[in-house]
Amino acid sequence: MTEQIDYYLEDYLRMDRLPHIWCAGCGLGIILKSYVQALYELEYDLDKIVTVSGIGCAGRASGYVNTDAFHTTHGRALPFATGISTSNTDIKPVVISGDGDLFAIGGNHLIHAARRNINMLVICSNNFNYGMTGAQYGPTTPRDMRTPTSPYGNIENPFNLVSLVSSAGATMVSRWTVFHVNQLKNSIKKGLTKNGFSFIEVLSPCTTGYGRLNKMSPIDMMRDLRDTCKIRKVHPTEATIEPGKEVIIGDFVDIEKPTYADVLDQLTRRSTE
Amino acid sequence: MFPLPKNKVKIIKSLCKGCGYCIEFCPKNVFERSTELNEKGVTLPEIVRGDECISCGLCVMLCPDFAITMEENPDE
Repeated sequence: MTEQIDYYLEDYLRMDRLPHIWCAGCGLGIILKSYVQALYELEYDLDKIVTVSGIGCAGRASGYVNTDAFHTTHGRALPFATGISTSNTDIKPVVISGDGDLFAIGGNHLIHAARRNINMLVICSNNFNYGMTGAQYGPTTPRDMRTPTSPYGNIENPFNLVSLVSSAGATMVSRWTVFHVNQLKNSIKKGLTKNGFSFIEVLSPCTTGYGRLNKMSPIDMMRDLRDTCKIRKVHPTEATIEPGKEVIIGDFVDIEKPTYADVLDQLTRRSTE
Repeated sequence: MFPLPKNKVKIIKSLCKGCGYCIEFCPKNVFERSTELNEKGVTLPEIVRGDECISCGLCVMLCPDFAITMEENPDE
């Protein structure tokens, strides 16, 4: 693209890389926009932030932001972010990755990063399937939904991501959808300024894979998110995702705990005295 | 009437992929599908009721392709 594009977020995005590779109507563009808008509104110092992403469609997110960025190996976005966070405590790592990367192959890394309370923000785009490899069913696909590998409906129970992460010990857990953009942006702003492990699950439409198999257009999927998602204050274990029932979104956990870097610093001082 | 900040919506045509979220979710129905194509063959949205825009910014936030922006209206 040789033509100069005049866009208000051009300091935060690599405008020469746009248009991005994601499909028409993909929620990842809205997630990236909310993240970049949060940085813009906070006037965040771009030298104090690193965007880390894994493999999958969401893995491309690190290539479009004007911060320092890591495109890491499959499922290992959190170990890289752990290394960044513990080696330089001034830098805030932000992990933007998909549900397949964070919960299927990288599931163990996620629960242990939450258990250690490492200072980072994790934005998980939950599109209910493995989008990039051909929309196969994964650990977050709801019951009875059709994918190429479950053509008669999925028979497995999905993970409840907010319950899993909050029981592992995260200090901030929220769930939003790409339709609730302003709430999502405010949640990202809160996560960027919080000292601790923050996790935001974002329900996002996979228009080409999951939507086509389940007879939904991009607009149908967005209307579905608007009509079925309700903001409630419940315990994370009750916030399950089942077809035909309302999906509970909102803030679930917001507590303060000493982070891994704080405890490590205290230990280093105590042992060198 | 409230004195609303009057900004003008602008579509960056080369970035649009034609998903139609702006047409569907604008609270004032400012956009409509046009017959104009961009260089990639995408049917672009067009601004037909720009005077009714309340500058809520929902289209700017909901556009997945960074293709809608607000600029200050020179007439105001």
